Amino acid sequence: MSFDVPDDLRYLESHEWVRVAGDTAEVGITAFAQDELGDVVFVELPDEGTALTAGEDFGVVESIKAVSDVYAPVSGTVTAVNDRLRDEPELLNEDPFGDGWMLEVEVADEGELEGLLSPDAYRDQIA
Amino acid sequence: MSLRSPPLSAVHETADASFTDFGGWEMPVEFESIRAEHEAVRGEAGKFDVSHMGQITVSGPDAAALTQRLTTNDVTALDPGEAQYSAITDDAGVMLDDTVVYRLPAGAAEEFLFVPNAGHDGEMTERWLTERDERGLDATVTNRTEEYAMVAVQGPDAPALLAAETDGVTLSALSRFEVADGTVAGVDALLARTGYTGERGFEVLCPWDDAETVWNALACQPCGLGARDTLRLEMGFLLSGQEFHPVDEPRTPYEAGIGWTVKLDTEFVGRDTLEGIAAEGPAETLVGLELVDRGVPRHGYDVTTPDGDAIGHVTSGTMSPTLGTPIALAYVPTAHAEPGESVRVVVRGEPKKARIRSTPFLDR
Repeated sequence: MSFDVPDDLRYLESHEWVRVAGDTAEVGITAFAQDELGDVVFVELPDEGTALTAGEDFGVVESIKAVSDVYAPVSGTVTAVNDRLRDEPELLNEDPFGDGWMLEVEVADEGELEGLLSPDAYRDQIA
Repeated sequence: MSLRSPPLSAVHETADASFTDFGGWEMPVEFESIRAEHEAVRGEAGKFDVSHMGQITVSGPDAAALTQRLTTNDVTALDPGEAQYSAITDDAGVMLDDTVVYRLPAGAAEEFLFVPNAGHDGEMTERWLTERDERGLDATVTNRTEEYAMVAVQGPDAPALLAAETDGVTLSALSRFEVADGTVAGVDALLARTGYTGERGFEVLCPWDDAETVWNALACQPCGLGARDTLRLEMGFLLSGQEFHPVDEPRTPYEAGIGWTVKLDTEFVGRDTLEGIAAEGPAETLVGLELVDRGVPRHGYDVTTPDGDAIGHVTSGTMSPTLGTPIALAYVPTAHAEPGESVRVVVRGEPKKARIRSTPFLDR
């Protein structure tokens, strides 16, 4: 099965994506990740204002069959949280790159973005 | 050690199932999605390949005596064509397995079939043979696990769906825990009105090599072990290895909530110990839990009092697809087992409010 890997995003090996716009970045999990997890039933996310550190876990996604930590692609401060996921965790399955976004982060160090996987590199990883 | 494969492995692969090791068997865990499969069974019908369940026949003049000795329920209560749920215990009354015992309908001679859990067939065959020889009983014990396939079809539409493919037996006349011989899609089969989902449905035993014919004749959602687990958990049914295990979770039938399968007026291995427990009551009891706070209870999570005193642990938990709420089974001291009692489930270090409740979680 091949999975959607949008060209305008960067990726972590642990299957998170980041969409950078100016000095903020939107963060979520990939189509591959949601497929591996199966039916998502619960999402635990930090509050606005929380400081994230690149590479450290910031939340949890639980499907019917598994629990998975979610890791921060970049360091920064959480400026928005997708509250819809609280009542509609299935959005992560249905639209992982759109309505299933998780956080918006004010990026602390743009240099960290260079260390993330390109779309092609991520495609190779999940191939 | 290589995994055992059910006879429908190739069919499942073609259907793009994902697989898991379950009791030494490579079994389909998910076809479409656990939620979709679960909802199909609650709303319409689903079919499960449960050929990993053991099938052991016991026949001969002492077949009933032997099975009576090794199971806690009363097999003499079974007429031909009837089945019963039962436990298999050791001398300490600890559950080695749970099982369904069928008294087969065919022929004049008494013949029993019992269905131990996946991976237990070898051990249980040995147990029956050893007991038979030590007691000098006249019985033939045969492990037929890889002779019979077993397909479960469950859900409100399952009786009509199966009836359309069945000859030789009127399925609508079969009561729960009754079993009859018939044919399904032309294949000789044993049809039992049993199941593990709480829905109306049947389990079909057929020759291993005919499994594909039976499977393909049942036009409904294929379901894997993932949905089987969420469905059984909503009903509060036990899963071997989770709610009981002779080493990791040694439990008596009374603790596990199936004391009704123990008939103390029969003689069986573990009876005397269980008689003492029946008189005093078990120190711990398996209860249902419903989380009030958000979170998902999982196997092994601690259960505490509201003050934080550890009192038990979760054996199985999930987000109920039908109810939309987090549910679990857990062992707690019997003094804390009263429905409505407030407890906490520790989810990744966070105590989450939960309430003890009776099972099943669903009315069925």
